[in-house]
Amino acid sequence: MSAVLEATQIRKSYRRREVLDVERVALAPERTLALLGPSGAGKSTLLAILGLLERPDAGRIVLDGREVTAADRSARMQVAAAFQRPWLFKGTVGANVAYGLALRGVPASERRERVAEALARVGLAGWEERSALTLSGGEAQRVALARALAVRPRVLLLDEPLASLDPVVKWRLAREFAELLHEDGMAVLWVTHDQDEAAVVADEVAVMRDGRIVASGPADEVFLVPGDPWAAGFLGLEEPAAGVVAEVTDGVARVACEGADVFAVADVRPGERVRIGVRPEDVVLFEATADVPASSARNRLRCSVTALEHTGTTFRVVLACGGVRLAARVSKAAVRELSLAPGAQVLAVFKATAVRLARERSESEGASR
Amino acid sequence: MTDRRIWLAKRQAPVLVAVLLAVLLAVLLAVLGGCSSTRTESKPPQQPKPPQRIVLATTTSTQDSGLLDVLVPAFEKAYPAYTVDVVAVGTGEALRLGEQKDADVLLVHARADEEAFVAKGFGIERRDVCYNRFVLVGPAADPADVAHASGAADALARIAKKGSPFVSRGDDSGTHKKEKSLWAASGVKPGGAWYIVTGQGMGETLKVASEKQAYTLTDEATYLTMKDSLDLSLLLGDDPSLYNQYGVIPVTGARNEEGARAFADWICGPEGQRLIGSFGVDRFGRPLFTPNAPGGEKS
Amino acid sequence: MWAVVATSLRVSVVAVAIAVLAGVPAGLYLGMRRSVVRNALLVLANAGMGLPPVVVGLVTAMALSRRGPLGSLDLLYTRPAMVIAQVIIAVPVVAAVTAAAAASVPFELRLQARSLGASQLHEAMLVLKEARMGLVAAVAAGFGAVISEVGAVMMVGGNLEGSTRVMTTAIVQYTRMGRYGPALALSAVLLALIVVVNTVLAQVQRSAERFERS
Repeated sequence: MSAVLEATQIRKSYRRREVLDVERVALAPERTLALLGPSGAGKSTLLAILGLLERPDAGRIVLDGREVTAADRSARMQVAAAFQRPWLFKGTVGANVAYGLALRGVPASERRERVAEALARVGLAGWEERSALTLSGGEAQRVALARALAVRPRVLLLDEPLASLDPVVKWRLAREFAELLHEDGMAVLWVTHDQDEAAVVADEVAVMRDGRIVASGPADEVFLVPGDPWAAGFLGLEEPAAGVVAEVTDGVARVACEGADVFAVADVRPGERVRIGVRPEDVVLFEATADVPASSARNRLRCSVTALEHTGTTFRVVLACGGVRLAARVSKAAVRELSLAPGAQVLAVFKATAVRLARERSESEGASR
Repeated sequence: MTDRRIWLAKRQAPVLVAVLLAVLLAVLLAVLGGCSSTRTESKPPQQPKPPQRIVLATTTSTQDSGLLDVLVPAFEKAYPAYTVDVVAVGTGEALRLGEQKDADVLLVHARADEEAFVAKGFGIERRDVCYNRFVLVGPAADPADVAHASGAADALARIAKKGSPFVSRGDDSGTHKKEKSLWAASGVKPGGAWYIVTGQGMGETLKVASEKQAYTLTDEATYLTMKDSLDLSLLLGDDPSLYNQYGVIPVTGARNEEGARAFADWICGPEGQRLIGSFGVDRFGRPLFTPNAPGGEKS
Repeated sequence: MWAVVATSLRVSVVAVAIAVLAGVPAGLYLGMRRSVVRNALLVLANAGMGLPPVVVGLVTAMALSRRGPLGSLDLLYTRPAMVIAQVIIAVPVVAAVTAAAAASVPFELRLQARSLGASQLHEAMLVLKEARMGLVAAVAAGFGAVISEVGAVMMVGGNLEGSTRVMTTAIVQYTRMGRYGPALALSAVLLALIVVVNTVLAQVQRSAERFERS
């Protein structure tokens, strides 16, 4: 799987302050890489550099096997972007979507066809003649995406495309956009600060902090076993516990961790050192003395509550089960019922299929890929 | 915050327009009011202590020649009870100021108009003060050969015949009136591409003539003052029809009639006449004005 | 009198047209760039808005005079001379107003265009399109500056009847001659003309806006 766009050793400083130092980032065809991180992490700067809108101080950018720079207009023609605000031009929806096509010298008749096609893809078929300045936020963002898609770019860059929208529209667009992006061999970079959004749209995730990529890999791995303590915290996880695979029976591995055994469905061999990741929403809590009926939930760990964090509609409960630290997400009712408070004893139950194992990096780099 | 600012700006725009229109209207009214002037405020106190103001309306050419810069201080020294304010306008406007009693005394050079002014009762009397002369200037090459003309009227006829450019002030000034009378004498009705009308003062008109290498009629004083910056030569001056008589008229019923009479008497008297006769000698080697007040020389 | 009005219009329209050709690209450059040079030039343009027309008239007249460096062109006291002076007066006005309009176009919008493949020229054209209301204002400001200007056109035009006499210089002349009637009449025409031009431009602006919002 060769990358459409690959950037290596990218550095950028503003007024002698280093804002970017990225070893490598690669975009693969028909894959969406979510660039995740807090504000100020350098996500937008990296996007601008990958989009050939800004020059890095150092580094190499290779597009389809050819090294390119911001001065390379034919390379820039292969890239298109949409931003947090749709930034539509004055005029009609059709004129907006046609903008990039006109720059590429696409003849008028073909332009009309491709505009219609792009609008249809974003669910706005027949909207050509509407004024671009009278649209709602969601509609405008659809037009902005259609405008980028119309040029059939090799690389599509989306910078917080949903951040300005209200939640209902946001999630609908997130699902729709994720759906229609896997086409034409196009590679997508999707910048967001919202891990839930990234979870919906991304095939791969890179987490940024202070201008560096601190964790990257397939989305389901990064979201469970980020491989970086800071990234884990940013994703709402505890630092993944380490253990050794003790035995593998019928595809279920028993991992011996400090003070607890964890069962996981994984393709590993006995003796391998692994790290363990569990999403907080997969962990169910019971009273410590509860008689939990046997089920497929193989993991039942006695834990003590070390912290309780209010996170909006739910609570995040931090648990210590011997040397294994876990987080669980529970409702307010559960907190009351179980009298959850620091020091309380509970039983944490989760399925073996909810556990993600990552081989220790020290043994084999990026083993679980 | 931003919205509010925009709102304010939008609200203020019509207000601003209204204010501007009001100011404009006020200015127009002030200008119109000035025409039918009613200057009755502040009757001058009769004590001699604060010097009384005499408003002297004269022509721009008199002012520009610098003659008044000599005459006015000398008069004020001789009559400490008075100060003279000079209003320099065209002859027509000067006479109008007299009619409206906005001026106390006039020093102008349009004899016929001046006599009519006195005849209509606006002026007490008219006395000759001095004369200077108009001269015909033009390009040194003199394409119309006016230097060999028999007189001013013949010179103009030659210019018209040749179609050489001639610049006219066209501003109803004394100089313009003189020019018109000369054209009348020449029997030519000027007009056409060669006849250029500036509507401006003598200085500007001379500059235009110099740039266009055209002929023009000018008073000698202005020409001599500006000579160095012009590419024009004096071609004709020795013709009595080019003489320009200045007269002084105290205005009847003026605010400061007494001062007006004093000024008229002084300028026609020995000191005034002597100063006029010597003015310009130091700069041009010869006087610009010839004093000719009746009895001025005698007394 | 109508010949005077026609001369005013012809000279000013030509001058504004030339000033727009020169001032709009300059204003775009000033409004789009962020650099020390640009800031200095912008200060210059804004200062140029306050350029005393009399000074422009004086310098132009000196340059064009028979004894000046451009004397051989024989331009002083002609309409082209007036156009030259008016262009000098109008260019900074047009440039400064255009620059303000161009600077009001968000940088992100330009970045968006760039990200779709726009070159710098395309970007400038987009800014011009986005800021076209400001452009209308620039034209109006330039026209207002030159049609009502008197000092410079008097000095370089000479108020010559039938060729360089315009409304403002004629008003000055009539006033000097004490003929307030024609002076006021011409003033009224001048005012009406400015009102009409601005109304037309405002109408253009409004109809353009209506199209964009509908």
